[in-house]
Amino acid sequence: MAVFSRAFHGRREQDPALPPGQYLTEDFPVLSAGPTPPVSADDWSFTVTAESGERHAWTWAELMALPAEEPTVDIHCVTRWSKLGTTWRGVSLDVLLEDVDTAADYVLAHSHGGYTTNLPLEDVLDGKAWLAFEFEGEPLEPVHGGPVRLLVPHLYFWKSAKWISGLQLMLDDQPGFWEELGYHNYGDPWREQRYDGD
Amino acid sequence: MTDGHLDGNALAGPLSTVFTAEVTTAVAACAGCGRSGPLAAARVYGAPMGYVARCPGCDQVLLRYAEAPAGTTLDMRGIATLRLTTAD
Amino acid sequence: MAGTALRRRLGHRRLTARLVETRDETATARTLRFAVPGWPGHLAGQHADVRLTAEDGYTAQRSYSLSAPADGEFVELTVQLVPDGEVSPYLVRDIEVGDEVELLGPLGGWFVWRPEQPGPVLLIGGGSGIAPLRAMLRARSAASPPFRLLYSVRTPSDVYFAGELDSPDVTLLYTREAPDGVERTPHRIDAADLTAYGLPAAEEPTCYVCGPTSFVETVTGLLIDAGHDPARVRAERFGG
Repeated sequence: MAVFSRAFHGRREQDPALPPGQYLTEDFPVLSAGPTPPVSADDWSFTVTAESGERHAWTWAELMALPAEEPTVDIHCVTRWSKLGTTWRGVSLDVLLEDVDTAADYVLAHSHGGYTTNLPLEDVLDGKAWLAFEFEGEPLEPVHGGPVRLLVPHLYFWKSAKWISGLQLMLDDQPGFWEELGYHNYGDPWREQRYDGD
Repeated sequence: MTDGHLDGNALAGPLSTVFTAEVTTAVAACAGCGRSGPLAAARVYGAPMGYVARCPGCDQVLLRYAEAPAGTTLDMRGIATLRLTTAD
Repeated sequence: MAGTALRRRLGHRRLTARLVETRDETATARTLRFAVPGWPGHLAGQHADVRLTAEDGYTAQRSYSLSAPADGEFVELTVQLVPDGEVSPYLVRDIEVGDEVELLGPLGGWFVWRPEQPGPVLLIGGGSGIAPLRAMLRARSAASPPFRLLYSVRTPSDVYFAGELDSPDVTLLYTREAPDGVERTPHRIDAADLTAYGLPAAEEPTCYVCGPTSFVETVTGLLIDAGHDPARVRAERFGG
């Protein structure tokens, strides 16, 4: 038997620009599964490991030498805040995965500090995902995943792994850190795929 | 800007849905570094998605907890032993 | 029947709480007194999870410290308005006497003070972190060991429980603006404050530190640097 709290409505808005159940924020809330790891650009590297075991790695200098883009995108956190029109600077994963030979259908993103999240490979290709290192014209702050985070704005933001260290290409899907705890394997905010089974 | 982590005290409500005893005063031994201490003194991250308790010594994950409409998931792989004290 | 017994044994203690009284602490914080039939009593320092349910079934839940000691089937929560928050605006602005919320509690067994516990007590609160410490301060009796409360607060208008704190055991540490007559220049709590107004490590007080995460990090560090045994330093971080 539920107890209703009179005059409580929650913080929900019916804004057609927002996915269902989301509210608009001007802040940039910080949500982390662990402490901010001490990663500097100097010792940063990014490794793509194919299902064959073949590895491709980039240093910070090598990332900076690649063509960068400045996507302006909306972001949606599963904890219900959305932020519209955010501008980032980063390298498209199309560029990084161009020379990788793979038959994989899935990737598992790995972060410094041990965080992981899984995505279909096609969701990080065709201009849908970046390794982002600037936010609104400034170097990405460590609490927001700097020096480099994954940016996959069409999925809930837990998929945009902070402090990204690598992508593991996989033939079969494998749940990541939050997905193991019952969050959705895909996480489309427009279909409100918050939890497994949604 | 801080990362805004909490303490293991914050686990008392969620874990009361799983355990009959007050678990935050229980002494947990970290499966990573072996350090022991009350769960209440762990560092807790991840709210409001869930609760990720980490060892204050080595930052390894002791415990993860999340509630979903279909059920609650608790992962305690990071705790080697959990000792409930008789005081409570 | 068995269902009720099982739920109780499994630790589900979600009770209906009816608001009976409110008291403004500051322009953005107020104390809420609830009648909670079936409340089993609590220890000073424990907290409760408040769950709000909208008419359409949408729910939101937050943890709040119990800001008064055990008082039969009554509990008090002191809530600070969080800008852009979801639960605190309802509790600070919208809820009226007679309205109901659900409470899960009492919760926690570590950040508590038990009257039978030996040794002096050093309480250090920052901002809204005063709430559970006020419950401890009020739970003591004439027979209790020595208590000290250090309460870090931005300005005189941010002080909670203003009428209760005029005691030689209590020091207000202003960080931005102090009232006339206070000699200490406003600044954030430091090692000299602990020496001047706290209890020495040699007396082996149990230390309770509560407030925003950054405040708790700073103060627990100062205490340990001053020689307090980390095993006697208990913390409750509010995040932020």
